[in-house]
Amino acid sequence: MKVVEKIEKKQVAEFYRQMLLIRRFEEKAAEMYMRGKIRGFLHLYIGEEAIAVGAISVLKPEDYIVTHYRDHGHAIARGMDPKVIMAELFGKATGSSKGKGGSMHLFDASKNFLGGYAIVGAQLPIAVGLALASRQLQNGRVVLCFFGEGAVNEGEFHESMNLASLWKLPIVFFLENNLYGMGTHIDNTHAGGRDVYKAVGDYNMASHRVDGMDVMAVHEATLEAVDGVRSGEGPFFLEALTYRFRGHSMADPINYRDKAEEAEWRRKDPIDSLKRWALEEGVLTKNYVETIEEGVEKELQAAVEFADQSPDPPLDSLMQDVYA
Amino acid sequence: MAEMTYREAISKGLREALETDERVFLMGEDIGAYGGAYAVTRGFLKEFGPRRIKDTPISESVVVGAGIGAAMAGLKPVVELMTINFSLLAMDQIVNNAAKLRYMSGGQLKVPLIIRTVTGGGAQLAATHSQSLEGWYASVPGLKVAVPSTPYDALGLLRAAFEDENPILFAEHALLYGLRGDVPAERYTVPLGQADIKRFGKDVTLVAYSRMTHVALRAAEELAREGVEAEVVDLRTLRPLDKERIIQSVKKTSRCLVIEETWRTGGFGAEVASMIQEEAFDYLDGPVARLGGADAPMPYSRSLEMAAIPDEKKIIRTLKEVVGI
Repeated sequence: MKVVEKIEKKQVAEFYRQMLLIRRFEEKAAEMYMRGKIRGFLHLYIGEEAIAVGAISVLKPEDYIVTHYRDHGHAIARGMDPKVIMAELFGKATGSSKGKGGSMHLFDASKNFLGGYAIVGAQLPIAVGLALASRQLQNGRVVLCFFGEGAVNEGEFHESMNLASLWKLPIVFFLENNLYGMGTHIDNTHAGGRDVYKAVGDYNMASHRVDGMDVMAVHEATLEAVDGVRSGEGPFFLEALTYRFRGHSMADPINYRDKAEEAEWRRKDPIDSLKRWALEEGVLTKNYVETIEEGVEKELQAAVEFADQSPDPPLDSLMQDVYA
Repeated sequence: MAEMTYREAISKGLREALETDERVFLMGEDIGAYGGAYAVTRGFLKEFGPRRIKDTPISESVVVGAGIGAAMAGLKPVVELMTINFSLLAMDQIVNNAAKLRYMSGGQLKVPLIIRTVTGGGAQLAATHSQSLEGWYASVPGLKVAVPSTPYDALGLLRAAFEDENPILFAEHALLYGLRGDVPAERYTVPLGQADIKRFGKDVTLVAYSRMTHVALRAAEELAREGVEAEVVDLRTLRPLDKERIIQSVKKTSRCLVIEETWRTGGFGAEVASMIQEEAFDYLDGPVARLGGADAPMPYSRSLEMAAIPDEKKIIRTLKEVVGI
C-alpha cells in the first residue's frame, strides 16, 4: 500500500466503503443475473475497484466522467445511488435510464457522469468534446475518461490522443489495463509491448503508470494528473495495471487464463489490501470497519428490494425520448 | 428579396448563428485557413477567429464525437464532414452516440449537433466520392436529416436546425452550390418535416429531394408540353418525413413516381413508396414507381456516370412504362 502523506482517516474509510460497495454490488448483480432478474450483458468490475474509487475521489462535482461498458464501479464511485443502478440492471422504470440503457449504459447528468459507452473506444472522442466545451466556456472543468487496453488498438484512440494533445485539452485519459480484451491477451493484440502508457509519447503527451490494485497510489497519481490538466498543461495519460477477477461478462467461462496468474492477482486484492493496511497501521479500528461493512450490506439489500419491487417501464415510454 | 446562391445561403445561415449565439462554433477539415472544400466558410476564420472556426485533423470520428461531447456540455457545434462519403469513418459516432444518447440516458442528455456534409454525384469523382448516403442515416431513430434543394430551403432549414435540440445531418448537394434563387430579406425558417410542392399539377406526383427535385422539375416541363401536368413534391427533410403532404398530392393525382439519386436497392425512396401504397392504395390508378441510381458503384467516365444517375429522360420513360402516363 502506497503511504500517502496527509491522507485523512475519513478518506481512507470512504475508499474502503466505496470499494466494498462496488464489490458487493457486483456480487449481488451476479447473483441476480443467475436468478434471471438481470438479463443481457453484465460485465463485472470485481478486482478493479481501486481505480474508479481512487481516481474519481479527486474530481470536483462539475468535472465530467465518461467510461466504458464495465461501468458500475465508476457510477458508484461518482455517487450514483446503487438503488437506481440496480433498478436499471433489472430493467425497471425507476432505473437511471428508465430501463432503456441497461448495465452498459449508465448515466447521471446531475453528477456529470455522462455515460458508459458500449462500443470499444467510442467514449474517447466524446471526452475530447466535453473538454473542448470546457475550454470554449472557460469553466475550468476537467474530463476523466476511462477505457481498457482493448480500446488502444482502435483508430478512435489515436484520433483522440492526437486531437486532445494538439489542442491541449483538459482530459485525464485513464487506461485500465486488465491484460485481456475479452479473452485475448494484450501480447497478442498490441505491437507496442506491455508499456502501453509509453505509446502516447509520440502524441507529445505526458504519461505515467500506477499500481491499479492500490487505491492510495491511484488517488495520488490522479491528483497530480488532474492538477496539471486543470492548470492548462494539456491532457495526461495514466495507465493502471489491474486484473478482472471474473470473466469478461457473465457468459465467459474464462478458459483462456492461467489459474496461477489468477491466484497471483487475487493476492493483490485491492479491498483486502487496504483493510489489512488500515487495521495494521491503526488508521481504522476493527469496529469502524465492521460498521462500514454492515452499512454496505444494508444499502445493497435496500437496492435489490427497490429494484425488485419497482414497476416495469410503461409500454408507452417506448417512443419517449427518441427526440428532445 | 435578394438573389443568392445555395452556397451563399448556407454561409449566411452559419454567419447569422455565429453572430447571434455564443454557443455556436464550427469545426471540420479545411474549413478555416482553406475556406472550406466547397468554399462555404470562406473568410470565416478571419471574421470569427480560431476559437469559433476550428480546423481539424483528418479524423472524422473524433471530430464528430467531439461535436457530440461539446453539444452535451451545452454548446451548439456545427461539424463539417467534407463529404458524406467520409461520414462512413464517423458512422459509429453518428449512429451509436449522436442518435442514441438521449434515449439510452432515459432523456437525461441531449445532443444539439449539426453535421453539415456534402452529398451526391455527377462531378466525375468515381465510386468512393459520389455517393448519396443520407437515406441510410434517415433510417436511424434519433437523427434528423435535411436535404435542401434551393437557396431558400437551405437557409430556412439551417435556421430551423439551429433552433432544434437534436442531432441533424444537413446534406448539401455538391452540384447545387452555384444554384441561384430568391431569399427574402426578412427572417423565416423552414420547419424540419415539412415537404414543399415545388410545382403544382393534377396528373402525376413526382416525389424527389435535393438535386433530383430540379431534375423532376425539368421533366415536368417536358411533360407539360405533352399535356401532362406533374406535381413535384420536394421532401426537404427525409426524417422527419412529411407523410401528409405526400399523401395529399397522391390522392389528388392518383399516380406517383419516387425519384432518388442513390442506388435503387434499399433506397429511401422504397420507404416513401411503401408508405404511399399503405396509406393511399385506394386512390392509386397504377403502381407507385421508383427511379433510383444504377445498382453499381459510380463509374468515372462521363457517359457511364450520366447513365447511372436519374435524369429527365429516365423519369419520363419510367412514367410511361410503369406508371402508365
